[in-house]
Amino acid sequence: MAVETAKALSGKDLVGIAPLEPGEIRLILETAEQFLEIARRPIKKVPTLRGLTVVNLFMEPSTRTRFSFEVAEKRLSADTLNFSASTSSVTKGETLVDTARNLMAMAPDFIVIRHSRSGAPHRLAKLVPASIVNAGDGINEHPTQALLDAFTMMRRFGGLEGLTVTIAGDIRHSRVARSNTFLLTKLGAKVRLAAPASLLPLGVEALGAEVHTRLEPAIEGADVVMMLRIQQERQDRLNFPTQREYYDFFALTPERLELAAPHALVMHPGPMNRGVEIDSSVADGPRSVILEQVTNGVAIRMAILYLLAGGHREAADS
Amino acid sequence: MTADGRTGGHRVVLDEAAFGRTLARMAAEIVERDGGDVMLVGIQTRGAPLARRLARLIAEATGASVPVGTLDITLYRDDVGPWRPAHQQPVLKRTSLPEPIDGRVIYLVDDVLFTGRTVRAALDTLVDYGRPRAVRLAVLIDRGHRELPIAADVVGRTIETSRDEDVRVEVAEVDGRDRVWIGKEVEHGG
Repeated sequence: MAVETAKALSGKDLVGIAPLEPGEIRLILETAEQFLEIARRPIKKVPTLRGLTVVNLFMEPSTRTRFSFEVAEKRLSADTLNFSASTSSVTKGETLVDTARNLMAMAPDFIVIRHSRSGAPHRLAKLVPASIVNAGDGINEHPTQALLDAFTMMRRFGGLEGLTVTIAGDIRHSRVARSNTFLLTKLGAKVRLAAPASLLPLGVEALGAEVHTRLEPAIEGADVVMMLRIQQERQDRLNFPTQREYYDFFALTPERLELAAPHALVMHPGPMNRGVEIDSSVADGPRSVILEQVTNGVAIRMAILYLLAGGHREAADS
Repeated sequence: MTADGRTGGHRVVLDEAAFGRTLARMAAEIVERDGGDVMLVGIQTRGAPLARRLARLIAEATGASVPVGTLDITLYRDDVGPWRPAHQQPVLKRTSLPEPIDGRVIYLVDDVLFTGRTVRAALDTLVDYGRPRAVRLAVLIDRGHRELPIAADVVGRTIETSRDEDVRVEVAEVDGRDRVWIGKEVEHGG
């Protein structure tokens, strides 16, 4: 499968991986490569987005993603405004539409949004002229996470085609698993999703991945093992008996990692629950690229902002 | 794309032999001015191979080892961003400086000096990496039409052009051969 790199992104927004063409994904990944170098300079800042305003609208708690976006924005010289759920009027009952209208009065060029409701970024994208970047919406997508994961794999393996990637944990509530599955299958990697049956979403087969309810066969020979945490905040009751039992059956332990390919990478989008889905010795072990994922995340987000700042095909055509 | 097969509309300014002689003379001028203790930084795309070749010539003449870097100036351009009419961001290329530039004599190397805007962006890029003792500019072709107060220190060839003419520099490493020609159509920015 020879995917040709696109010359530009086709839309004004990045709301998910699902609507992207493989060539657009490649464009983002290849552009990110050059942004890595900026972090190694004495002055880690370029003037590219000078005078542009980015609103970071985080209606759900986030540390790593919010910081990562903010670092990316600042390194591109954009002005940033931060709205988080606890301090904004959203907690006072304002609707997303009203929040958006008020934000537009400040004329932002980008809105980075995280929201507990699936589809919130798509709705916002139709309402406002600013470029919307989805930083995680409900259980739908987390496209920048999938892009940084793919970027990390690509940098380690040279490409994604033919890789076997195991994603294990709370698949049912994971937008990371969804975005990663969309992305990896579009670029020719094989995805295995592994979770206890109670943590698999309905219709999981439709995602185009191999589905496992036991961890061991899912890890067998894998090039990448990506562990996900249990999303307590998205379930009323636990879908497994105890954390201890979950660890016994579904944690990535040194013994289980032995089943993967000898060169296998261990990934985790964070936040990690040590001793639940991953053993500390694996998280901190030689195969772990968890901190590399964080570094790469800044470069991916810079690439996305840079590419979206170029405008989009629809606008140029009209 | 080359000009092969086209009969009119273009003229060759430097053929392969003249190209080689011009680079040799530029290297000699750099040595005469600063000796071998210089660092060459080629502006992407075609400044990069030109910088590597000049460095080799300077090293041969002086016995010094001459470090070579590359600079991508895209993120410092004054025509990148949403205010730009085009809808396509330029592809980013590698920036790599082999050693610190503090206190060094840096030669920026580019193929064509035209409006001067590329050089302005290159100067801004460079100062984010440190404080060189001096920055000089070496270009293969100076075609005039400056829009900023910028001049080259070492020039391979100065040519008269009209504004709408396209000066094409072909470099073996990128285009398969060394040649400079002028055509009417604008195929890439110089």
